[in-house]
Amino acid sequence: MPKTKLCDFSISYMQVLDENGVVDTDLEPSLSKEQLVELYRHMQWGRITDERMLKLQRQGRIGTFGPSIGQEAAHCASMFCMRDDDWFVGCFREHGARLMRGESLVKQLNYFNGYTEGNIGGNPRNLPISVIVGAQSLHAVGLAYASKLKGEDSVAIVYQGDGATSQGDFHEALNFASVWNVPVIFLVQNNQWAISVPREKQTKSKSIAQKAIAYEMHGIQVDGNDPLAVYAATAEAAERARNGEGPTLIEAVTYRMMMHTTADDQYKYRTKEEEDSWKPKDPLIRFKKYMEDKGFWDNKAEEKLQAELKADCDAQVKEFESQPDFPRDVSFEHVFGTEHAVISEQKVEFDQELEEENDA
Amino acid sequence: MPKLNMVQAVTLALEEQMTADESVVVLGEDVGVDGGVFRATEGLLEKFGEQRVIDTPLAESGIVGASIGMAMAGLKPVAEMQFSGFSYLSIPQLEGHASRMRARSMGQFTVPMVLRMPYGGGVRALEHHSESREVLYAHNPGLKVVIPSGPRNTRALLAAAIQDPDPVIFMEPKRSYRAFKEEVPADPETMEIGKCQVVQEGTDITVVAWGAMMHTTKKAVKQIEKERGISIELIDVLTISPLDSDTICESVRKTGRCAIIQEAARSFGPASEIIACINDKSLLYLEAPVQRVTGYDVVTPYFNRELDYMPTVGRISRGIIEAIDF
Ligand SMILES: Cc1ncc(C[n+]2csc(CCOP(=O)(O)OP(=O)(O)O)c2C)c(N)n1
Ligand SMILES: [Mg+2]
Repeated sequence: MPKTKLCDFSISYMQVLDENGVVDTDLEPSLSKEQLVELYRHMQWGRITDERMLKLQRQGRIGTFGPSIGQEAAHCASMFCMRDDDWFVGCFREHGARLMRGESLVKQLNYFNGYTEGNIGGNPRNLPISVIVGAQSLHAVGLAYASKLKGEDSVAIVYQGDGATSQGDFHEALNFASVWNVPVIFLVQNNQWAISVPREKQTKSKSIAQKAIAYEMHGIQVDGNDPLAVYAATAEAAERARNGEGPTLIEAVTYRMMMHTTADDQYKYRTKEEEDSWKPKDPLIRFKKYMEDKGFWDNKAEEKLQAELKADCDAQVKEFESQPDFPRDVSFEHVFGTEHAVISEQKVEFDQELEEENDA
Repeated sequence: MPKLNMVQAVTLALEEQMTADESVVVLGEDVGVDGGVFRATEGLLEKFGEQRVIDTPLAESGIVGASIGMAMAGLKPVAEMQFSGFSYLSIPQLEGHASRMRARSMGQFTVPMVLRMPYGGGVRALEHHSESREVLYAHNPGLKVVIPSGPRNTRALLAAAIQDPDPVIFMEPKRSYRAFKEEVPADPETMEIGKCQVVQEGTDITVVAWGAMMHTTKKAVKQIEKERGISIELIDVLTISPLDSDTICESVRKTGRCAIIQEAARSFGPASEIIACINDKSLLYLEAPVQRVTGYDVVTPYFNRELDYMPTVGRISRGIIEAIDF
């Protein structure tokens, strides 16, 4: 008996705005001038604060962190499609998106200065940073299930990197999401590297988007440095999700312009030339040109925006550094929601020990 | 031999064992081109090639599960977890398979693998980069748990772990990675797994520690000996499981007093087990309750508070003195 073809698959790639500023008007999302300016502002705010954090880290004023520089379109333009009542589930490389969710720079600085206080505040539907690569994908599925069960039309969007797609949790999340048909968007920021491991060594698949096919869900690859493509793909996915049509996997192809974290030396495993080849693809340059071509933006507007954002950044850094000390024994308060002698006894002991240390 | 720090000692042991035995392979996230995020596998790729030094996809369960297969087929995998905080993703493979393959197959299949992982606090890192959870592995019959404390015993114990017929969880106190250097012998050496080491003999009290706490405890011990003019016996546990309770209990029978220093959270930790062993074997020799100085039973705080929660020289000294002055 001859073999017969069971199924045929294809996966698409979308770019709306190329690196020279050329637009595909058929695919161009209809965003107003105000919306475009707002999105641009978010991306710039992400970039400016990231750059400042790098400086602060180098000066020893905060601890280790991983810059999101170069990936602003991938995370900000996707977040721009989401509503306040949607769930935001992040890892650690979507800084600009997190700031869009009502989180202040001060909070981020507290987090990267080693204080849990940096995890609270902001939109109550923001999950804290997930350091364990890939685990959060499943949490998003659970949140989306709850939305569905409660009859809400809210969606969960979860960010993860290309490296995370190797984790079992990620695949379990895709499978659960599809089987349960829940409103979740998996936004993979494929920035070509997972620390020193290049994308080709992470998976043999031609794309990450095609992993959706195995789970019978929508999948698309977009130019992740093209804010319009990211926006269009995410808006479509969100609409589908709200209409009860289930999950989507979006692969945003981008590039990690900096070191993995401030503890990393990227030139151990990749070249400066490779980095430089991505510079012309910078999402901010491209987006600015797009708005200029539309007559929405000019140098004066740019200068004004830069000045405003820098002033805000300065003010928040100042606020961060003039905060009173946080209490030292707070860890005992949040182990359980119920009182237990073993914890309260140790808290007493802890406070005594601190006093002894102070006396010594 | 020049003086080495602990990271260099790891690299040296790996290099020596890979040279001596072709079945030894190294695998993990960023262990090849990058030489590991702590540089513990630096230079191995160049020397042994990518068949034996493998940059894996990002999946801890995958790394350990595949290592189990390699080990059953006669290789000796030395897998690296980037931080112990990520090793828990591999617990289903460790608990479910590595630890029990020998028992399950009545010895037909064995899993001679090593799982190296930096553990412990004090390096100002992000969440999951600071914990001491040796007990999670120590509580698994069939897994050996080894924790070196300095460059020389790191090199010797890692060699022994690689040669061991069973799975060994090799936990490296990252706070000590570059904290100090030590002379190591020119020729490869091994130390027996399953033995504590009396690092300093004494008569008035037995002090027990392991990992990064060894270094801090040594400072406290020196200080107390000087201030009090007493003689302290100091024991480095080195193998958490299977625990060498004989060495500890024999020492306690001699000194009559004991303090145990543990970085990990207090409840159900190795210190509790050591106290239980003393209870079994040396209770009637005690002249004071055994003291334990430990971490607290809280979720490990982020780095700005972390040092408050770890035993310090001061806390360790107070614990030891409490046992002495009882
Ligand atoms: C479970 C787990 N394993 C290992 C790590 C250490 N680690 C942090 S980020 C990272 C690489 C992540 O790569 P990717 O998913 O592509 O995200 P990117 O850092 O490129 O944004 C690794 C290995 C971790 N945080 N969690
Ligand atoms: Mg990546």
